[in-house]
Amino acid sequence: MTPLLQADGLHVAFGAARAVDGVDLALHAGEIVALVGESGCGKSTLARALLGLRRPTAGQVLFDGAPLPTSARGLRRYRRVAQLIPQDPTGALNPRHTVYRSVAEGLRIHRLTDGESDRIAEALSRAGLRPPQRFFPVYPRELSGGQRQRVVIAGALALRPRILIADEPVSSLDASVRGEILALLLRLRDDLGLAALVVTHDLGVAWSIADRVAVMYLGRIVETGPAEQVLRRPRHPYTSALLSVLPDGQAPVLLPGDPPDAARIPSGCRFHPRCPLLATSTDPELALRCRSVPLPVLTGDAGSAVACHATGR
Amino acid sequence: MLELRDVSVGYATPGGVLPAVRGVSMRLGAGETLGLAGESGCGKTTLALAVLRLLPRTAHLSGEILLDGEDVRAMSWGRLRAVRWAAASVVFQGAQHALNPVRRVADQVAEPIRLHTPAIGRAEVRARVAALLDQVGIPARRGTAYPHELSGGQRQRVTIAMALACEPRLVIADEPTSALDVMVQAQVLSLLAGLVAARGVALPLISHDLSVLGASCERLAVMYAGRVVESGPAPAVLRAPAHPYTEALVAAAPIVGDPASRRAPRGLPGDPPDPANLPDGCAFHPRCPVRLPGCATQDVALRRVRSGHVAACVHAGPS
Repeated sequence: MTPLLQADGLHVAFGAARAVDGVDLALHAGEIVALVGESGCGKSTLARALLGLRRPTAGQVLFDGAPLPTSARGLRRYRRVAQLIPQDPTGALNPRHTVYRSVAEGLRIHRLTDGESDRIAEALSRAGLRPPQRFFPVYPRELSGGQRQRVVIAGALALRPRILIADEPVSSLDASVRGEILALLLRLRDDLGLAALVVTHDLGVAWSIADRVAVMYLGRIVETGPAEQVLRRPRHPYTSALLSVLPDGQAPVLLPGDPPDAARIPSGCRFHPRCPLLATSTDPELALRCRSVPLPVLTGDAGSAVACHATGR
Repeated sequence: MLELRDVSVGYATPGGVLPAVRGVSMRLGAGETLGLAGESGCGKTTLALAVLRLLPRTAHLSGEILLDGEDVRAMSWGRLRAVRWAAASVVFQGAQHALNPVRRVADQVAEPIRLHTPAIGRAEVRARVAALLDQVGIPARRGTAYPHELSGGQRQRVTIAMALACEPRLVIADEPTSALDVMVQAQVLSLLAGLVAARGVALPLISHDLSVLGASCERLAVMYAGRVVESGPAPAVLRAPAHPYTEALVAAAPIVGDPASRRAPRGLPGDPPDPANLPDGCAFHPRCPVRLPGCATQDVALRRVRSGHVAACVHAGPS
């Protein structure tokens, strides 16, 4: 089955910084994939490249099996079907625009103006703002954080997209509201068959909604697979460390140092300077491989895979 | 060490006084950790600011705030200046905003030391700054860096070093980790836990994340609409919450790996109330899944659930 959206050997560099450094990742119709990693790992850059907002330095993004268009017009058409849900709804909404106008903006850009108010009412109602007409004249300041995020989601839904790319969609929201927004993403998948790539640093979010998880470290996906497998039986020592520092985790593994620099990617396995397995390994041959032999790019399709010399065999 | 007695804070606005904190009492001894949980607007930050009298002028404070038995409200400005940093200090959320972008971090850590011990020599200041930075896991040579040259986690650790500079016995940490990655968050929390253990620091830790507090604190207090609605030993509050709001917060934090929270994100319908327009009766009743008819008119005071565990709910009581 052709994936709906696919990154194929994708690289995005900013000068010397290789933010995305060889990523294969597939998103199928009706699938929710969580892209997990710490800040600076390249996950947001990858999301932007998948949206056609950032041109790859190498590799390509495929939609429905065809490379993303490069013309302004073609890209605009693509951006209607692949919608971004940003992290901070307050920054995403113009404070001087009513809910109606905020949701209408995308429709007007894409010249989908017939039946505008019906489309807007339907989108608001799908996003859980009911009755929708009551929200038409309301300004963002009159809404709570959760309601603002619903307006942003309604703005995306109004365009009848096939993919949502959500960048930390709940991290700016209160704990009691987060679950409601995540439940909405699940419902949209069930009702509309919407595929979603959810970029998050929060493994709890991934566990709550994702079918598959891809763990990113320093520009590469280091482990991928079904959520149950990656989050319950992690194989990469980085995934294990991330899981171990969850509040309810046992025996936290604190990785030394801060997340490393995309302008100075270590040789061999890029995780080796912080790797707890390597630090305690007594196998000199393995240690040599970790320090000097690079790992291949994981194929990002439905199976499971890990980029690790020690556990990946 | 710290005792609050019936503390209330209201902010004067053109539309009237907005109640931010409504009658909060709590106490905290040396070497104790208290987790204060709640969502935005519940009054937890206002409470932290009130302890060091950092509230804006529009705030009206009532009740008593005792630091080592001395009422903070009655302190002269001179006394208050001596107390801030030296007896009690605060670590705020968003380190990047708390640091001066055009001064080297070592100079910023040195500032409270110089202010509080004017007679101190240069070499001694330098040694103390190096020791403080080392304590928070930053090599002393990084002291010459400007804030923008450090990562978010390093910057937050610099603010913790500043908060510790004058060896306070009380450190108030207000969302110290919420802007940080999980790995860095774990580092900062273990650093704070180490301080409590090694120096007997009393640590009120404020967060919206109940699971973070549960892992780091002995006791928890949950605030809603300016009030403490439940407090008790952390394991009891998390395992057997007695207030439906606490229960919802516990359920909202999925346990990774637990089949019960798989594909089952749980939230609470509705939103925290607007302080300008608090519901009658129990402030939580409009969102409460187990409300009774009387809850809309009758507020409930904290009542005993079991030893040391109280909750403000009609359903709460000794089981």
